Amino acid sequence: MTKIKTSRRSFLKGSVAVGGAALTASTTANASEPDPLITEMQEWAQFTGDGVDATPYGLPIDFESDVVRRNVEWLTADTISSVNFTPIHALDGTITPQGCAFERHHSGAIELRKEDYRLMINGLVEKPLIFTYEDLERFPRENHVYFCECAANTGMEWAGAQLNGAQFTHGMIHNMEYTGIPLRTLLNEAGIKPEGSWVFVEGADASSNGRSIPIEKALDDVFVAFKANGEALRKEHGYPVRLVVPGWEGNMWVKWLRRVEVTDQPIESREETSKYTDTLADGTSRKWTWVMDAKSVITSPSPQAPIKHKSGPLVVSGLAWSGHGAITRVDVTLDGGKNWYQARLAKPGETKALTRFYLDIDWNGKEMFLQSRAHDETGYVQPTKEQLRKVRGLNSIYHNNCIQTWWVKKGGEVENVEVS
Amino acid sequence: MSKSRNLFFLSSLSLVFIFSLAYNFADRNITKLPTKPRTVNAEYDFDLRIIAAANASNAPRELGGTLGLGRKALDEEITAWDLEIAPDGTGLPVGSGSVSYGEEIFSEQCGACHGDFAEGVDRWPELAGGEGTLADEDPLKTVGSYWPYLSTAWDYIHRSMPFGYAQSLSDDDVYAMLAYILYSNDIIDDEDFVLSNENFLDVEMPNAEGFIIDDRNVTEYPLFSRDPCMEDCKLNVEVSMRARVLDVTPEDDGS
Repeated sequence: MTKIKTSRRSFLKGSVAVGGAALTASTTANASEPDPLITEMQEWAQFTGDGVDATPYGLPIDFESDVVRRNVEWLTADTISSVNFTPIHALDGTITPQGCAFERHHSGAIELRKEDYRLMINGLVEKPLIFTYEDLERFPRENHVYFCECAANTGMEWAGAQLNGAQFTHGMIHNMEYTGIPLRTLLNEAGIKPEGSWVFVEGADASSNGRSIPIEKALDDVFVAFKANGEALRKEHGYPVRLVVPGWEGNMWVKWLRRVEVTDQPIESREETSKYTDTLADGTSRKWTWVMDAKSVITSPSPQAPIKHKSGPLVVSGLAWSGHGAITRVDVTLDGGKNWYQARLAKPGETKALTRFYLDIDWNGKEMFLQSRAHDETGYVQPTKEQLRKVRGLNSIYHNNCIQTWWVKKGGEVENVEVS
Repeated sequence: MSKSRNLFFLSSLSLVFIFSLAYNFADRNITKLPTKPRTVNAEYDFDLRIIAAANASNAPRELGGTLGLGRKALDEEITAWDLEIAPDGTGLPVGSGSVSYGEEIFSEQCGACHGDFAEGVDRWPELAGGEGTLADEDPLKTVGSYWPYLSTAWDYIHRSMPFGYAQSLSDDDVYAMLAYILYSNDIIDDEDFVLSNENFLDVEMPNAEGFIIDDRNVTEYPLFSRDPCMEDCKLNVEVSMRARVLDVTPEDDGS
């Protein structure tokens, strides 16, 4: 067995090895009987399959029917004003398919036709304007990939390990390639008056969710999107038009965007005072905590994605992201934080978008305490739960970007735990 | 030179003139010509030039400044949609409503979810109580104990409530409901109180001073931006809490 002798891989002396070169032959078994899948004629190899157009718009094959969004019933009073979770434990790469990207509604997902769509720009502008969907399509377009994370993602874990699955602890996130136009293009079209210092953005659904955004951000990278991953937005994500607020909490990504008002003050709406404010241990609360700090999670192995093979080669994989910019590095530990190894990034980190990481190991079949730790381009390093609790206490609800621990047991079963 | 050859020569000249015009026009006003001449298909390139010549009059102009898209919003349209209320009362309509009328309509319109006394039903939000609990292990955040601005409550009731039948309340109804919610929270003691646009800003919200602006850049980022330990970082790792013990995960988890 070839072992790479570097200091960060010194643990290879033990029976867990990191890196492709360190893979052993431990899983190469010899077969005693021929495999009937090979020696016997199979129906799929003999008869024809579906013709084209059998499914004009395709869904995943039945065998993948467990890769779906799930909600946690006890979290909310009903499903109309509720949230569900992306099955991140079963996905790979970085782009989230729209069909399983988490949903958060305050008054349900509405059906709004493009023909009935209107976008108003008003307030402190030279000329208040109304755009139709067709108007929006005539502005110069851009494409950007961004993650959208609910501020409450991992919020149930403040007081301790609670939900047993990456989908439930970290699944209020998705990452899509958006097509649309910068909000600044529309604001410039209306002409911002000098006293305009904020925008209030509002949705067309019955919740009329409205949020205040400083004009600097609005003119920077805020984006009015009408396509995601190449196709129209899904109704649950705001068809036909939603706001994209890169790196900032998902609640500000107003769906069914119908109005942008330039104001000279924040509105302090319900969603930016009574909700999405972070209460500290002394009872005071932080407001305007818009940015999502750097965070990561191992998606596999994880409680819903246990190890089903014996010892030997094992792919440890996860996601990392930061609302401050690009991910530059991810560390992974197998022993609950005694020793850490740099994971391999599938691609260099992109600003405010998910980054996929891998650590390819030779698992010795014994228990592990897996954690991942993200670094972003500002030098910020994802904190432990303990570090966060020291500053914030247990009642922040939002913005929990702590390091997550998965306890991999001897047989490959995985559980959400906290460790000392 | 025959007459026909002469004609051909002239028309060729004029074509070349048109081409150069088109090129120059295009070059200066829209796209840069490729820096390297196209060599793959000279004929194709030639065809493009002909198209450029033919379209010279409506060749695309570079877009800059405003595009003139959209139309001016009418006052009636802005009035219909621009409803939100700012903390200083901007946007608040003229109107009023009493605690007693508020109690009546609250019970009809809101009680099913929020309870007759704004105490909340099932997992629907409590709107009253919780004063002094914000630093507790289990804080109760209500309009009275948590919300910093009265404008937020007026705005939310007016734009988003009742749940399932939004924007169906009159302005006076909203004043009345809010008067009752203030009364339920003991922010107003007088059961004859009438809330109006006149006295709106006089109401003092108990947690008005309870908020600070995001200070993570001071309190957290310096702490969390240090080179982390990579080797022999701790001696012992013990499980201190397990999700399995709580058992609150949905059963169909796909595993």
